[in-house]
Amino acid sequence: MNANHKRRVFLKGSVAAGTIGVAASAGLLAPAAVMAEWPANAFSARKVPDALDNLLGSNATEASDKIKIKAPEIAENGAVVPITIESGIDGTESIALLAAANGTPLVATFTMGEGAKAYAATRIKLGKTGDVIAVCKAGGKMYSARTGVKVTIGGCGG
Amino acid sequence: MAATKLKARFKKDVVTVKALMNHPMETGLRKIKETGKLVPAHHITEISCTANGKEVLSANWSGGVSKNPYLAFKYAGAKGDEIALTWKDNKGGTETVTSKVK
Repeated sequence: MNANHKRRVFLKGSVAAGTIGVAASAGLLAPAAVMAEWPANAFSARKVPDALDNLLGSNATEASDKIKIKAPEIAENGAVVPITIESGIDGTESIALLAAANGTPLVATFTMGEGAKAYAATRIKLGKTGDVIAVCKAGGKMYSARTGVKVTIGGCGG
Repeated sequence: MAATKLKARFKKDVVTVKALMNHPMETGLRKIKETGKLVPAHHITEISCTANGKEVLSANWSGGVSKNPYLAFKYAGAKGDEIALTWKDNKGGTETVTSKVK
């Protein structure tokens, strides 16, 4: 009986501690809100036009050969696909990187600050063979380029 | 956990910044085979990079960026610039690293 009572007390104590934990993590999350808000609805969109709509307010893009995407033609490992994007368009403000065949196509967005070149390189996951799309925003207009990447082993799920 | 590596090099009026972060980058869609349970999402969401206190690049990422992510970018800078890179993940984790342009 006594032991059972102690167990109750312990349970109560741990519940209280849990509440404090939640409060603390909520506090930790607050500074993130100060930075540019993470566009959750754009990142969770399942189709390329939806993702662009949610991110940039429009999905009307103009194909441009001034945007260069460097990507492997065949990616042996879809979990690590190196991508380099370089835009030759004057005044490129931001670059969005999308993988058309991924469940959630929007992978990353880059915003250029003062003095930054329209250049970004990273490594992304590709679920299956598909296009890698780069959308550059410059002077209120959107330009896009795409390149196909063949994936032999997918990098999403497992 | 090894810290983020940050290197910046100056060449012909342009500074190239390269960063290698240490992060699992879980999408939240991967399953553990034995249990069939989903691995909770844990990935970097925001990156901010400054040179001498001015923001030169900011990025928003999804879990679609590879594990232990690599990022490179270029800006018009000079030798000796103070570079700082901060990342934040969806669980409130954050790290800031600094480096000098060589």
